[in-house]
Amino acid sequence: MFSVSTVIKVKQLGKKYTIHHEARERYTALRDVINKKTKTVFSRSKESQPVKEEFWALKELSFELKQGEALGIVGRNGAGKSTLLKLLSRITEPSTGEIEIRGKVATLLEVGTGFHPELTGKENIFLNGAILGMKRQEIKKRFDAIVDFSGVEKFIDTPVKRYSSGMYMRLAFAIAAHLEPDILIIDEVLAVGDAEFQEKCLGKMNEVTKDSGRTVLFVSHNLSAVQQLCQNSICLQNGSLSYSGSTKDVIEHYLGIKNEGSRIIPHVNKDIYITDFLATGKNGGPIIPGESCTMTIVVFSKNSCSKLHFGIGVNDKMGNRIFTPFTKYDSEGLVLQQGSNQVHCQIESLPLMPGNYDIHLYVGSAFDADDYVAGGVNLTIHPYPFFKYSMPVEGQGSVILKQNWYL
Amino acid sequence: MEQIVTIKQSNTEKNYWKDLWNYRELFYILSWRDIKVRYKQTVLGILWAVIRPLLTMIVFTIVFGRVAKMETLSIVPYSLIVFAGLLPWQFFSAALSESSNSLTENVSLITKVYFPRLIIPVSSIITCFIDFLISFIILLILFLVYQYTPPVQILVLPFFVLLLFITTIGSGLFLTTLNVKYRDFRYIVPFVIQFGLFISPVGFSSSMVPDQCQWAYSLNPMVGVIDGFRWCIIQGAPNPLLQYPFYISLSIAILLAFSSISLFRRMEKSFADLI
Repeated sequence: MFSVSTVIKVKQLGKKYTIHHEARERYTALRDVINKKTKTVFSRSKESQPVKEEFWALKELSFELKQGEALGIVGRNGAGKSTLLKLLSRITEPSTGEIEIRGKVATLLEVGTGFHPELTGKENIFLNGAILGMKRQEIKKRFDAIVDFSGVEKFIDTPVKRYSSGMYMRLAFAIAAHLEPDILIIDEVLAVGDAEFQEKCLGKMNEVTKDSGRTVLFVSHNLSAVQQLCQNSICLQNGSLSYSGSTKDVIEHYLGIKNEGSRIIPHVNKDIYITDFLATGKNGGPIIPGESCTMTIVVFSKNSCSKLHFGIGVNDKMGNRIFTPFTKYDSEGLVLQQGSNQVHCQIESLPLMPGNYDIHLYVGSAFDADDYVAGGVNLTIHPYPFFKYSMPVEGQGSVILKQNWYL
Repeated sequence: MEQIVTIKQSNTEKNYWKDLWNYRELFYILSWRDIKVRYKQTVLGILWAVIRPLLTMIVFTIVFGRVAKMETLSIVPYSLIVFAGLLPWQFFSAALSESSNSLTENVSLITKVYFPRLIIPVSSIITCFIDFLISFIILLILFLVYQYTPPVQILVLPFFVLLLFITTIGSGLFLTTLNVKYRDFRYIVPFVIQFGLFISPVGFSSSMVPDQCQWAYSLNPMVGVIDGFRWCIIQGAPNPLLQYPFYISLSIAILLAFSSISLFRRMEKSFADLI
């Protein structure tokens, strides 16, 4: 039974996926493909049989959510956050357990779902609104507010394929922000756009949760955003609940989870994918502030390719980006051989405070990612006296630079 | 009263049809999107909906009527006879190919938002239905050009339009569902459409089929539909309702529709994982 104010009740929820491993062999020419096929036809060789494996993306998860509560969901990559949201929003069905939901749910797993490039901004507002569950009348009523918030009124009758990516994002978020469901489910929506736009989104989200008493579920790697929006949070680890409580406690717990098992899960179905990340200090030793540091991305490429760009995003433990070394700033890109490649990035003197940092990795063209690792990879800077007398303490920033004081 | 939704495995939702009703605007908006997008960046725009069936009719009339000398005895112009069969067939074939690709073309919707998935293929069929209605205008123009008065049974035509719709939904949903899991159907569907034209009475009339083959011939549900259209539009065409093969077609159509919808509903929940 529902108590009066409970709007979401999750009981023993589990989701199982069956993974088919195909025996890996890289086909390079049609001749090989035919060869291989004929071989399998005649010999029914065992290696080409796909291997099935069960994988529980989510296991025995239970929690409750009261009306007007904003719940943050944190966890490393592959912890089951996205699976949970997909189950809650009825995109896929659970393997075990059940969820009871009271009220109208709107899901934002992505802004601009269903946008059609050929349609104008105005047409897309109606299309996207309807897809997200708004009635035509509601959209009409909020149309002006949406256009106003997006700031694209000049281009509202232009096909969105002519929009800049920023305009596109603003319009998409504006529609999402004017949904008025009872329960709002949001996934990483804020991970797009420039800083100013992110600020605006965060402000709007704050308004939605705090002022209108709406129930919100919020997933993000950006811990400061979670902290701003949600009083309570849960932390997932390997598909199960590892901690729940006030957001502050949960974040502390989350940061304390050792890095084991949080290595990169390679996206092997892509043509180019990142398999590992390593970082070492001077002469292969530990990384210490102010000394040189070599970061290595191990990347697998199914074909040789050129003009490939690599980026390393270094975030602090609150999820704020500190700096982003990127090949596209000063090169045409790198040439990769077929197979495994090691790409090195050397930083002359690393101006980071001791502590743990979260690494995001990018490989792709200058505009589009082939593969992306959104955090979950740890970079440890070991304590070492950088200054003569003392070191900055927590709260004095995560960057340290050589300084000269004079009169 | 707020609705409480329970999500669990194989929960045959009692709210399914109600949900579909709640999302009814999406039928309209998705069809509207498809129509809008279809003729963007074309010079002739919506005229294509007229040109295509018209050209097909002309080709058919020439090939079957003049070259193959299949001109019938009746006083009705051959192009009208062809067009009466082409009308339902073109809708059927267009709807089949559009709907079978509809889910795979809307992956971003299926993996990102919930709504009854039935809306996607059905609205792509509705889009084709609009073209079908436009073709009807061509028919009226042909009536005027030939100074032709259709028989009184044209009043029964809506019944056959309904039957056409049921047949199309049945076959369309069946192929749509299978196409999600087995992309082979991407290649099978054009073949089915091409092959179907030869076993459906578009360029010929059902009376040309030998009696002992009639039962096998009418396993094709489109046979009943096209014969019905002919009877309604063409003077002197035989009444299919008086002959047993029609009822074979009819039962196949209804059976197909029911089993396809239940297959679709069963598979629907795993679409996001399969696609």
